Amino acid sequence: MSVAQQPPVNSPELRRLDPVLAPGHTYESVTNKISDVVLTRPLGLGWLAGFTLTFSIVMVLFGSIAWLVIKGVGIWGINIPIGWGFAIVNFVWWIGIGHAGTLISAILYLLNQKWRTSINRFAEAMTLFAVACAGIFPLIHTGRPWMAYYMFPYPSTMGIWPQFRSPLIWDVFAVSTYGTVSLLFWFVGLLPDLATLRDRAKKRWQQLVFGLLSMGWRGSAHHWHRYQSAYLLLAGLATPLVLSVHTVVSFDFAIAIVPGWHTTIFPPYFVAGAIYSGFAMVLTLAIPLRKAYGLEDFITMRHLDNMAKVMLATGLIVAYGYFIEFFMAYYSGNQFDVFLAEQRLHGPYSHFYFALILCNILTPQLLWIEKVRRNVLALFLMSLVINTGMWLERFVIVVISLTRDFVPSAWGRYQPTFWDYSTFIGTLGLFTMLVFLFVRGLPAIAISEMRELVEHEGHLKREHQ
Amino acid sequence: MKEQRSRVYGVMGEFAAPGQILRAARKAREAGYKNITAYTPIPVEGLAETIGFRWTAVPLITFIGGLGGGLTGFGLQYWASAITYPMNIGGRSLNSWPAFIPVTFELTVLGASIFAVVGMLALNRLPQPHHPVFNVERFTHASTDRFFLCIESRDPKFHLAETAKFLQSVAAEHVTEVKDEE
Repeated sequence: MSVAQQPPVNSPELRRLDPVLAPGHTYESVTNKISDVVLTRPLGLGWLAGFTLTFSIVMVLFGSIAWLVIKGVGIWGINIPIGWGFAIVNFVWWIGIGHAGTLISAILYLLNQKWRTSINRFAEAMTLFAVACAGIFPLIHTGRPWMAYYMFPYPSTMGIWPQFRSPLIWDVFAVSTYGTVSLLFWFVGLLPDLATLRDRAKKRWQQLVFGLLSMGWRGSAHHWHRYQSAYLLLAGLATPLVLSVHTVVSFDFAIAIVPGWHTTIFPPYFVAGAIYSGFAMVLTLAIPLRKAYGLEDFITMRHLDNMAKVMLATGLIVAYGYFIEFFMAYYSGNQFDVFLAEQRLHGPYSHFYFALILCNILTPQLLWIEKVRRNVLALFLMSLVINTGMWLERFVIVVISLTRDFVPSAWGRYQPTFWDYSTFIGTLGLFTMLVFLFVRGLPAIAISEMRELVEHEGHLKREHQ
Repeated sequence: MKEQRSRVYGVMGEFAAPGQILRAARKAREAGYKNITAYTPIPVEGLAETIGFRWTAVPLITFIGGLGGGLTGFGLQYWASAITYPMNIGGRSLNSWPAFIPVTFELTVLGASIFAVVGMLALNRLPQPHHPVFNVERFTHASTDRFFLCIESRDPKFHLAETAKFLQSVAAEHVTEVKDEE
């Protein structure tokens, strides 16, 4: 892992890539630049306006949930045969978005990709916030969220236990483990940075808060040694975990016999789709963030370009998944699968399917062009298109299959209500509000890892001289 | 000395780059010092080994956590589904182990992760809000841009003036005495 052993052919200078860190930075300059956003920068009008707006949307969410608790799930557009509707569409969409954060922080760490450094912290934060938004939906979709503890195995006086053969119970364990491990990983990464903030804070309350959170971290060589060991192990554990989470989510569908759900392509194609939408969301957040706080030196064109390439690759895997769904329907010759495939193209929700193909497969092909990948505005718009496309994908999967299953007498239609929309928009507000709080409350870029990057880049330079 | 009850914790010197502190640490070991600690803003490869760190229990603790989590996960499902709450559904086997794999896997990862983090913190004796090195005024730089080497007073070879002189001889800047106030 020694940086000195890195072959020179891999160095950015020789491959004419943009640097992962703009030249001329020192330990102190990166530390100052990132910590000042938290410690000294006054609250701007833009931040206050954004926070106020998103905070009021969170109130819409609370109102919607309160009304749901009062009236029950009947306020949503769900009914038999469409019992799932927006709640599950949004759940799968949010949990998928979280996956990019873990991919960046764990998998790219194991692969020793230096460009992950400046984006991993807020990508991990994004994971936590997305998991929080995702968790709301199955919880309130149960209809009686105050009974949700029934899903956990606890010794009850009734003597009953959860059905461990059900993918819905697997989901409880997968999502709660994912949330916990993401939080641990995030906190361990934050520990040295909290100590930096403690040491640089001028105000008493800041010293107290960061002093408590940093647990007395003092950067001892022994501490770093164990710290790095634990961090590497966590990365190794989070890697299979992140793959397992969306696999388990796809089992919610694939284990059922509903046409269009019961396919073996679901796990890999769900995981690829999760990473696809997650990277889109990282771009949606990173582009305004680097602009607003002048972090272009740290989140360079190289990062945006690499993320665009990851989106292109995972987008192609997703396209392959769509193709295999059709192929398997016709190859199997199963009349229900064939019928469902045709419903996607010609049924009452076909416009959603075509919109999905446009957003997820056709538009992203523009990313083959380098000019598009290097155009910040185009990338931002592309990330929004992909986010929309991935939401449509889950809508198509949930709604088309449920409205057209085996017997025509069981068919139905699905119409979301005001409360469906207000809850969904409410979680968008919650997510954005948490991001607003995060960028001002904690270092949005991993400071200690940026210092390592300064050291690493200096190394490369010395080697080439 | 104004503080009657303050003891000397050690002598501390400061460096500007990882290479320098690594060289100084090596020389300190060669000079026979044993209780050396280093405080750095970034992990420095080989520094912990140079000052005498041999083995970390973090991987072992993580393994134990994972093993415990996995066994708990499978045991819980087996006990619930086959022993205490068996449901005969068309004669299907009660110990349907393939269906128990997802939860077993998740709890393995959960157990290993929690043990890794708690184990790392416990071995590092964290949380520990106060430590004598925080008494050094310039120590706030240890989390920004300076590398600190401290030779502790419990070292058998420790001698306040001699050790300070030694640190100066290996090009340490701002050599200061670290006080441990009771």
